[in-house]
Amino acid sequence: MSHSSSPSAEHSTTSHGSVKSYVTGLLLSLVLTVIPFAVVMGGAFSTATTVVVIAVTAVLQILVQLVMFMHMNTKADEGWNVMSFVFTLTILVLVVGGSLWIMQHLHLNMMIG
Amino acid sequence: MATDTLHHGATPEPHEHHDTTGTKLFGFWVYLMSDLVIFGSLFATYAVLMKGTAAGPTAADIFELPFVLVETFLLLFSSFTFGMGVLAMNAERLGQVKAWLGITFLLGAAFVGMEVYEFQHLIHQGYGPDQSAFLSSFFTLVGTHGLHVTVGLVWILVMLVQLSTKGITPMTRPRILCLSLFWHFLDIVWICVFSFVYLMGVL
Repeated sequence: MSHSSSPSAEHSTTSHGSVKSYVTGLLLSLVLTVIPFAVVMGGAFSTATTVVVIAVTAVLQILVQLVMFMHMNTKADEGWNVMSFVFTLTILVLVVGGSLWIMQHLHLNMMIG
Repeated sequence: MATDTLHHGATPEPHEHHDTTGTKLFGFWVYLMSDLVIFGSLFATYAVLMKGTAAGPTAADIFELPFVLVETFLLLFSSFTFGMGVLAMNAERLGQVKAWLGITFLLGAAFVGMEVYEFQHLIHQGYGPDQSAFLSSFFTLVGTHGLHVTVGLVWILVMLVQLSTKGITPMTRPRILCLSLFWHFLDIVWICVFSFVYLMGVL
């Protein structure tokens, strides 16, 4: 409430980006994109290592874009955007993890049967 | 105490515009979260069915990584140019907002064009979505993302028209901000697509 008295503060609460944050986000995203493509196309590492590199750079780039581009933070909306995101992640873990888990067991049972 | 509450309740009137913008953005954020669950279920479907190639082509047979890398760069740069557009809007520079949105539209259109070409190419080779469970789930997942980007392109055009006729107003501002969230969100979904579908597919 107290912030809304000045127009500049008002803008900063709805979208607090700056040229610097967008350029930083772009550069980090470029690096985190080129690394997994180079690792896969170069083929220098083992499959297990490559999978880990892909997963880690993907998660990092998602975090970079959530914070630098979408300005997700715990201050705006009293943290409700982060709260709803964490809730959605929980649903995603259940849907994706649960699907893979149950279908893998089904697959194994079908093979035996 | 009672009077304090009354005064407090009476003051927000002048700031109502700010409050509704925040509410609109949060409401749109909740929509994006539900959209994320849709994409999550499509990713789960793809993960379950990706081995079901029915003697047809596997992921490693049909994916061309350099092509996907260019698509990724197009979408990433379009996300950046939209961010520049939002900054221009915060600085009340209407001409710059329209220019950045125009560039974003061109980059997004190039992305959709490449994806349509890829789909046409695959179907022409006989690798359409009717060939195997793997291809069905691939076309559904990537096609749903492409459809979202196409809707985003239409939305950008609508906002360019509204910016030209109305300018940067309390009505157009939250719409641009919602569209920017939508656009960045699609870039984040694409990170999952190129990582878990294309890159892990060719391993």
